Amino acid sequence: MNTEFGPKIIVEFSNGVFITETVINTWIIMAVLVVVSIILTRNMKLVPDGKQNVAEILVGVLTSLVGSSMGKDKLGFVPYMGTLMIFLVCANLWGLVGFRAPTADLNTTFALSILTFFMIHGNSIRRKGVGGWLKGTFFEPVAVMAPLNLISEVATPVSLAFRLFGNIVGGMIIMALVYNALGTILGGVLPIPIFELGIPAVLHAYFDVFAGVLQAFIFTMLTMVFVSMAMD
Amino acid sequence: MEAITGKALILACSAVGAGLAMIAGIGPGIGQGFAAGKGAEAVGKQPEAQGDIIKTMLLGAAVAETTGIYGLVVALILLFANPLVGML
Repeated sequence: MNTEFGPKIIVEFSNGVFITETVINTWIIMAVLVVVSIILTRNMKLVPDGKQNVAEILVGVLTSLVGSSMGKDKLGFVPYMGTLMIFLVCANLWGLVGFRAPTADLNTTFALSILTFFMIHGNSIRRKGVGGWLKGTFFEPVAVMAPLNLISEVATPVSLAFRLFGNIVGGMIIMALVYNALGTILGGVLPIPIFELGIPAVLHAYFDVFAGVLQAFIFTMLTMVFVSMAMD
Repeated sequence: MEAITGKALILACSAVGAGLAMIAGIGPGIGQGFAAGKGAEAVGKQPEAQGDIIKTMLLGAAVAETTGIYGLVVALILLFANPLVGML
């Protein structure tokens, strides 16, 4: 059994800098998303048809989601939240096509959750000023609570990152174990992978499709809730 | 009898520890079951608000899941990226 579950290093430069699978997969997903959005929004018309309808439905759904969970005054967050959601859905589903999901790497999830962390506090300062931010974040409900509030503020990005990472990497490891187990049933007798054909599809539907889409939704939703809570 | 090496002892104890860490799964199980039960109750009372209820329930269930995921991460670290063997 392969016990290495970290991302493979693809290129390593002489000065010790290396590029892992995660980075390359992220770049492929980014390229796919950029190309798809360029194709969907090319020569747009006033009366939409075909591919423009798809783009408009997507933007409409994301706008109404942000509007209903953050409030109508924060629709400026639609581009970031929409991009985050689409990227995370694609990244979590990336395991289905046989590659390693970029979110199965703590570096990706921590990068995204640190973005959330700075968005929470940056927007809070922008909306309420430094004094209001200090009071609202640390000295609520009483000033004695400041150390506890500090810990809970630091715990927010950590729990966001670990939740996404743990779900995706847990599913990935369970799938690897299932494939190993199914491979050993007929391992020595028949070289044809007969059991790997249909049984894992059910587990893929749960671990990759259901958990992947749900965790992408949860990450975006929690980001929206935290940012809008810090702002009002 | 062959003496047990330090490394073998650490690996064995790490496997036991990983199993113990997954006891954390009890908490999220109870919490998510409670959230799902309350969600079903709410849909029974107000079937027209089903969409909002499902959204809120999934959010709460995912937050309740966090502690279980911490346990899972600890177990994974003990099994696959054990930091204790290096200390030997």
